Amino acid sequence: MTLSDSTDHARTNQSKTAIALSRRRFLRAAAAAGGGLMLSLELPFAGRAAAAADAASFVPNAFIRIGSDGQIVLTMPYVEMGQGTYTSIPMLIAEELEVDLSKVRLEHAPPDEKRYGNPLLGGLQATGNSNAIRASWQPLRQAGASARTMLIAAAAQRWNVDPASCRAERGEVMHAPTGRRATYGELADDAAKMPVPDKVALKRPDEFKLIGKPAKRLDTPAKVNGTAEYGIDVRPAGVKIATLAQSPVFGGRVKNVDDTAAKAVNGVRQIVRLDDAVAVVADHMGAAKKGLAALVIEWDDGPHAKLNTKDILDQLEHATLNPGVVAETIGDVSSAMAKARTKVEATYQVPFLAHATMEPMNCTVHVRKDGCEIWVGTQVLARAQAAAAKTAGLPLDKVVAHNHLIGGGFGRRLEVDGVIRAVQIAQHVEGPVKVVWTREEDIQHDMYRPYWFDRFSAGLDDKGMPVAWSHRFGGSSIIARWAPPFFKNGLDSDTTEGAIDLVYGLPSKLVDYVRVEPPGIPTAFWRSVGPSHNVFVVESFMDELAAAAKQDPVAYRLALLDKSPRAKAVLALAAEKAGWGRPLPERVGRGVSLQSVFASYVAQVAEVEVSKDGLVRVRRVVCAVDCGTAVNPDTIQAQIQSAVIFGITAALYGQITLKDGRVEQSNFHDYQMLRINEAPAIEVHIVQSSEPPGGMGECGTSAIVPAVANAIFAATGKRLRKMPIDSAALKQPA
Amino acid sequence: MAIVIKVNGSTHSVDVDGDTPLLWVLRDVLGMTGTKFGCGMALCGACTVHVDGVATRSCITPVDSVGTSQITTIEAIGATPAGGKIQKAWLDREVVQCGYCQSGQIMSATALLASNPHPTDSDIDNAMSGNICRCGTYVRVREAIKQAAQS
Repeated sequence: MTLSDSTDHARTNQSKTAIALSRRRFLRAAAAAGGGLMLSLELPFAGRAAAAADAASFVPNAFIRIGSDGQIVLTMPYVEMGQGTYTSIPMLIAEELEVDLSKVRLEHAPPDEKRYGNPLLGGLQATGNSNAIRASWQPLRQAGASARTMLIAAAAQRWNVDPASCRAERGEVMHAPTGRRATYGELADDAAKMPVPDKVALKRPDEFKLIGKPAKRLDTPAKVNGTAEYGIDVRPAGVKIATLAQSPVFGGRVKNVDDTAAKAVNGVRQIVRLDDAVAVVADHMGAAKKGLAALVIEWDDGPHAKLNTKDILDQLEHATLNPGVVAETIGDVSSAMAKARTKVEATYQVPFLAHATMEPMNCTVHVRKDGCEIWVGTQVLARAQAAAAKTAGLPLDKVVAHNHLIGGGFGRRLEVDGVIRAVQIAQHVEGPVKVVWTREEDIQHDMYRPYWFDRFSAGLDDKGMPVAWSHRFGGSSIIARWAPPFFKNGLDSDTTEGAIDLVYGLPSKLVDYVRVEPPGIPTAFWRSVGPSHNVFVVESFMDELAAAAKQDPVAYRLALLDKSPRAKAVLALAAEKAGWGRPLPERVGRGVSLQSVFASYVAQVAEVEVSKDGLVRVRRVVCAVDCGTAVNPDTIQAQIQSAVIFGITAALYGQITLKDGRVEQSNFHDYQMLRINEAPAIEVHIVQSSEPPGGMGECGTSAIVPAVANAIFAATGKRLRKMPIDSAALKQPA
Repeated sequence: MAIVIKVNGSTHSVDVDGDTPLLWVLRDVLGMTGTKFGCGMALCGACTVHVDGVATRSCITPVDSVGTSQITTIEAIGATPAGGKIQKAWLDREVVQCGYCQSGQIMSATALLASNPHPTDSDIDNAMSGNICRCGTYVRVREAIKQAAQS
């Protein structure tokens, strides 16, 4: 998903960004308030990148302050949610500035979309789509190099020597011939008066001191001793705790509430009745939950009272009988199909999925007559602020929004429904109130990864190689709701990523998309977004073609990769490290997947064991990654480990179903998570590269699901075209 | 009715119903927010504390069931020998991602190590499988427990 243009792909997008940067001045310098040097950066917004580089258009959106004490503070619009951003981004500055990583502190920017909009998210202030490093890579290194040049210039002027005879190292400028030295803190005031260099040379990869070496996470110590403050932990003076019941059917309303018993619960202060929800406000969550259980609520279920998952599936199946909007076309598929020796057809489907972040949804709000304050962990701070202002009927500048650490995002906290709900409740409460959702509410009122339905057909030649590839799919466009300007001509770049611009050389290809918005269930981004669906179906179907051609799945793919050397290299590496082809016991199999999404190349080999009862255990996962320059290899390994577990959870257990309009799952007993005793060994092999960095937070999730499904096929001969895995279908006949 | 509990060596008197889960007494009444809420049904382990050294899910533990037992939370676990080793190993191995479940992971791992200084893989599975990590840090949780056991 890159929100620059619906037809752009991440790879082309990135080079455009780099070109735009080199053409114009993006950096300003000034004296910092309180002393020191303040650099203001203009990160290249998509859509604004083409604007002329005149003085009037300069709107900085990131700031670097070098204080008189030598401390470097970077203000950036990204949030830390476990992906390591608060470590990797300071590495970019520290590298060119020649300071220790410990000298750079990253502060979260206040809500201000004009300033802090994410360039790869079309100027929206958001952390998502695995792009924090992609967007920062070039501008932050250039800013670091510019600041270093200005600090050297200030020292050279002070000492009356040639700047070329000075060098910067570990936060100091040195003049070797005379042995003079000055710290950045001492030079910062003077540096602010130096001209910003027109051009700076960035380090060559072989000169990197920090980039490419494992760095310790900077946000970790507070997370092992209980002092880290997540949104759910805030406690403004006098805060009350509320929990809630929302209409069990989406679109339903409260008909009647009997709150007699709830009000009698010790510690319950107030019952708040909204149109479609009821909240219990109490001294503590224990009392609030007890009060909630004592409420007798009668609901009007509304128009979706009889909706079942099957209705949505039927709708998708039916809608995809007709052509959709063409997302990609190469050659003439129909004539190629007519000439093909063999034809292979298949349909696939993937379910709705909940995010189930470990920190349940929550938001703390204090509504006053003349303003409102909110405390929340969010991936979209400016949006949260705007939603609060709109709900409370206040101007934006009367809403103060505090961002906090996020106990898991995965796309859930790109939405502000929880903020709106909390403000609606807080409007009825004196003083601050923390609205905490129970796990049941969190799972039953999530916004879900869409249900998708896919129709494939392919034609193979005499040798079994594909000459025609046709892929039609139906499902929800999240972009169309979340960022409407980026849904253009019936398409958006998220929905199609992983289905188009495949790494494989296919002589004819047609990919079309049928937009179908399901009734009665909201959809949203979910870790690995569009590719979470597309990579599963494409890589499963590619495996089917290899099987139809009676060829080895790795060899078959390699034969299609002559035009994609990076993809070929990761596939070969994963296969080699996994011992592809080595014999395995009965009902154990290896499966492979290959993808290029989020501007990174990933190949995975999963090794699974299927018991006689049909239970699947993933024993080992080998992953080869080419994500361009590996900024912090330790974080890359951690993100792959994480994403693989996330994907296996979905493959084995993940599905949200509707019965009579109600989400049937409610907590971790029926919406299961992979646990440590089920976790496979995971090996991560990173390809050395000096290409610009690609995204890393999500690509492991989309890659693992088809690798597991293909491994099950290898182990049992059963092709699974529907997720999650149906153990009953894998039982060994007696 | 005031209930008296001992948390991290201090005595607290709290005025809540006796069936109130210990989790909410710690978080909302005493303001010790290091112990986390995840599921409310003892399914995820985020709320794990020690009651007389035994890993206990505070979300289903009525506060009046604790009696005179010593409650230890993440805020004080670093002062115990096993807790200190586990926290250090967690930092050395970079276990943490979002971090939300890690209080519970560390409390479970510390209880394991305190009672079993050299746990096998299967001991680790048994002690830790009640703790869900949505960021999937399991590979490193296992490595860190092994490292702590060797230190």
